[in-house]
Amino acid sequence: MPKVTFLRPNGDDIAVDVGDGTSIMQAAVAHGVTEIVAECGGTLACATCHVYVAEEHLDHLPPISNDEQEMLDFTAAPRETGSRLSCQLPLGPELDGIVVRCPETQY
Amino acid sequence: MGSSTVIVVGAGQAGCQVASSLREEGFTGRIVLVGAEAHLPYQRPPLSKGHLTGKTSRDALWLRPESWFGEQGIEVRTSTRAKHLDTDGRRVLLQDGEALEYDDLVLATGARNRLLRLEGAGLEGVLSLRTLDEADEVKVRLEQAARVVVVGGGFIGMEVAATAVQLGKNATVVEVADQLMGRVLSSHTAAFLLQAHRARGLDVELTTTVSRIVGVAGRVAAVDTTDGRRLPADLVLVGVGASPNVELAEQAGLEVDNGIVVDELLRTSAPHVYAVGDCVCAPNPFAGGTRVRLESVQNATAQGRRLAATLTGRPEPFSSVPWFWSDQADIKLQIAGLTTGHTEVAVRGDVSSERFSVYCFSQGRLLGVESVNRPADHMAARRLLSGSTSLSPQDVRRDDFDIKRASTAGSTPAAP
Repeated sequence: MPKVTFLRPNGDDIAVDVGDGTSIMQAAVAHGVTEIVAECGGTLACATCHVYVAEEHLDHLPPISNDEQEMLDFTAAPRETGSRLSCQLPLGPELDGIVVRCPETQY
Repeated sequence: MGSSTVIVVGAGQAGCQVASSLREEGFTGRIVLVGAEAHLPYQRPPLSKGHLTGKTSRDALWLRPESWFGEQGIEVRTSTRAKHLDTDGRRVLLQDGEALEYDDLVLATGARNRLLRLEGAGLEGVLSLRTLDEADEVKVRLEQAARVVVVGGGFIGMEVAATAVQLGKNATVVEVADQLMGRVLSSHTAAFLLQAHRARGLDVELTTTVSRIVGVAGRVAAVDTTDGRRLPADLVLVGVGASPNVELAEQAGLEVDNGIVVDELLRTSAPHVYAVGDCVCAPNPFAGGTRVRLESVQNATAQGRRLAATLTGRPEPFSSVPWFWSDQADIKLQIAGLTTGHTEVAVRGDVSSERFSVYCFSQGRLLGVESVNRPADHMAARRLLSGSTSLSPQDVRRDDFDIKRASTAGSTPAAP
């Protein structure tokens, strides 16, 4: 099972194991990482599941779709190089050990 | 604050948000979340789409993991109704006989589906969809059904109908009005939806009223319309709107008028009693300050967050851009603002390629934007509406109009 680590603004970092195919957003919600708000439940409608993916994992991520690309310009916290919407990041073996940082705010 | 108690009646998205945000705001007192359903708080939007196809797993529905409530010190009472509210004694009596005393009470009682008062409405196979249990039944019946008739072309009706078509069912929507989603959508976008759904194989009967539902041996068999047609059906889904759950508020003598009436701080007419979510009729700056009742995730969560801040010493008027979404097959419909009463529209994008936005104006003022498969337009519209905008229909029609630029340009959005 892939492991994902969430770095949280309050320093209360958490590492969780989740099933293949589970999105990073779903992993966050299922483990009470409330910094990932995910208001629309993963339908690319709200941009409240924004995360910063650590640089060493960026090459292993699925490509950014046009819609996600556009939505990333409307995140509440500033967009950076590693910015992604975590609902678009299904976990698999290639992302095992991924580290993502939660932004200070999602709205 | 450490010794005070907040009771939240209603464990849907709004109630859960209040409890969650209270902790985020540093509230250390007692929080009790009282819910009538047997389940912990869950998301409703997937119930009429991903849950029915299996794309959204059951595990993905929960708003918080079970362990989280304990960790946060939030007491959750499931399968428990609040049956009596004593605002003088600041007590709420639960169905199981327990009386809970509160310092502040939050009503988040939600809404319930309107019923069809027609012959045959009680037949087996005539269903409604709001709760997870109801959605589970719809899912099972939908798998077995061949012919589905959906009564009502609103959010839930259209989502279920589109899902039924995706699952290969023969589906018909019967809508009494002359357009789909008439309560919320411009005629322009509604006309697009009509042809888009028909092109995907959904039958839609507008300006059509159901006269009765016909059964055979207690099971639904067909739907009769007042113009004399009989539509065969082995599943009928009724989606004819919802009514706010106001019984507790009424019993306690609170002001009720199309929902529990609150002021801009979400206070009801009784001291220390507040209300949030679908059950609330609140003054809304995006409706010109008039009171509106909104049924949406955005309204539930934004009111929940706002109220938690008010209860922890940061009172501010509720003012959050309303937004809505509906996924119908591969059509992503998003609405920013409240477009009711618009008198003029300006369209950007390509309707034939199913990617466009409809800007709705009243007296030259932007009320809201409906977007089809244009999520970035929607996000920009929300940003635009959250500030002061002087965007005119003429601005939108200009060749070089760019809503993203307009949304970051302050009060002169059309300037180059």
